[in-house]
Amino acid sequence: MTDDMAIDPPLGLLAELTHRCPLSCPYCSNPENLDRRSGELDTGTWKRVFTEAAALGVMQVHLSGGEPTARPDIVGITAHCRDVGLYTNLITSGINVAGAKLDALADAGLDHVQISFQGDISDRADHVSGMQGSHARKLELAAQVTGLGLPLTVNAVIHRGNADRVREMVQFAVDLGARRIEIAHVQYYGWALRNRDALMPTAEQVRSSTAAVEQARADFAGRIVIDAVVPDYYARRPKPCVGGWGRRSLNVTPAGKVLPCHAAETIPHLTFPNVRDQSLSDIWHHSHAFNAYRGTDWMAEPCRSCDRREVDFGGCRCQALAMTGDAAATDPACQLSAFHARMIELAETAVAEVEASPLDTEYDYRRFL
Amino acid sequence: MIGDGTIPALPRGVRLREDQARGGFTLMAPERVLKLDPIANEVLKRVDGTATIAMIVDDLARTFAADRTQIDSDVKSMLQGLADKRLLDLTADD
Repeated sequence: MTDDMAIDPPLGLLAELTHRCPLSCPYCSNPENLDRRSGELDTGTWKRVFTEAAALGVMQVHLSGGEPTARPDIVGITAHCRDVGLYTNLITSGINVAGAKLDALADAGLDHVQISFQGDISDRADHVSGMQGSHARKLELAAQVTGLGLPLTVNAVIHRGNADRVREMVQFAVDLGARRIEIAHVQYYGWALRNRDALMPTAEQVRSSTAAVEQARADFAGRIVIDAVVPDYYARRPKPCVGGWGRRSLNVTPAGKVLPCHAAETIPHLTFPNVRDQSLSDIWHHSHAFNAYRGTDWMAEPCRSCDRREVDFGGCRCQALAMTGDAAATDPACQLSAFHARMIELAETAVAEVEASPLDTEYDYRRFL
Repeated sequence: MIGDGTIPALPRGVRLREDQARGGFTLMAPERVLKLDPIANEVLKRVDGTATIAMIVDDLARTFAADRTQIDSDVKSMLQGLADKRLLDLTADD
């Protein structure tokens, strides 16, 4: 695969501008080994990355982190993204953004704001985020976002402590004036894997939360869009992780590493190129890391002859590695995987005991190790 | 529901953009990139926040010398679909 024309250009780029964040959610999608401020890319390099991304065919950029607004250059970066034609999403914790900063971002051309909410009840939400008062500050930002007429997405990560409140979360998002809500069950790698026993929902919670999503879709049709990510550990078929490896999107870390997905660094035998050394186009088309699991040639059975091989692309490489020891194996979320039964068993053992109150759950919070 | 006097408008955060890398036009929205077929593009090009459905349909029927009844039905169905996904605002003409 060396012919550039044979590889479709990416549509989306997730820019982890920094790993610094005021919250310490126990399911944080950042790696356990967080990049420090001193190693972060400078403003000029980020701007070059976005210029190259637009030229490569990227349409949407997700300004994320950590907390992306912890960078003092966030407004200039946003304006630059708009200048080169990118649709700009801000993916934020909602802390320290309300007020003049959001106004400046909106003026710079920000297209969409996604705020993470750890729940719809403040004490439970603050217990998960690890920061007292965080929920109230998110509410303040949400009101400012909708007041400006900007589209708001509520991002709700679902786990044992809030899986019983999916219906209430959708109502909460509607009341905030959100146009969209993500109901995303925790994906278990990195920090979430450390906290799996504290986060894993019961099979009954998964059933009832899935039913709650369907009911809410019917009840709130035309008022809010619900995008739901089903929990892998109770799935029968895997998800096409990031739409297929090196197929639709890419991720740039605070220090400039380019990854096919945000968890790809958990695969130890891959070396990821850096935007400090190479162009984004070169990395997308020619790097070993992006070509390692691109397409279907790398697959073994049962994926290789499966009629869904170009639907789910074998699922998640990181999860395959974590559970089977082989990143090229079928994702154990698939019922055709030899490890599928083991995955269900893990889910069931993890929730042998459910706390009397979600406030009693003890987490290993995300932090600089 | 959508009627002849309804005025469709793209809300903030939803916009048309040419896709130079892949060709054609897309509708850009929160976490969505919708590839537009040439007909959808012609419809959305006419959504400017002031034109009513009837004006948009009239213009399309004239420009493409096509059956107005068919266009009317197609345009209403397409725009209602976008409104249901919160990608379009619909306001009554008054």
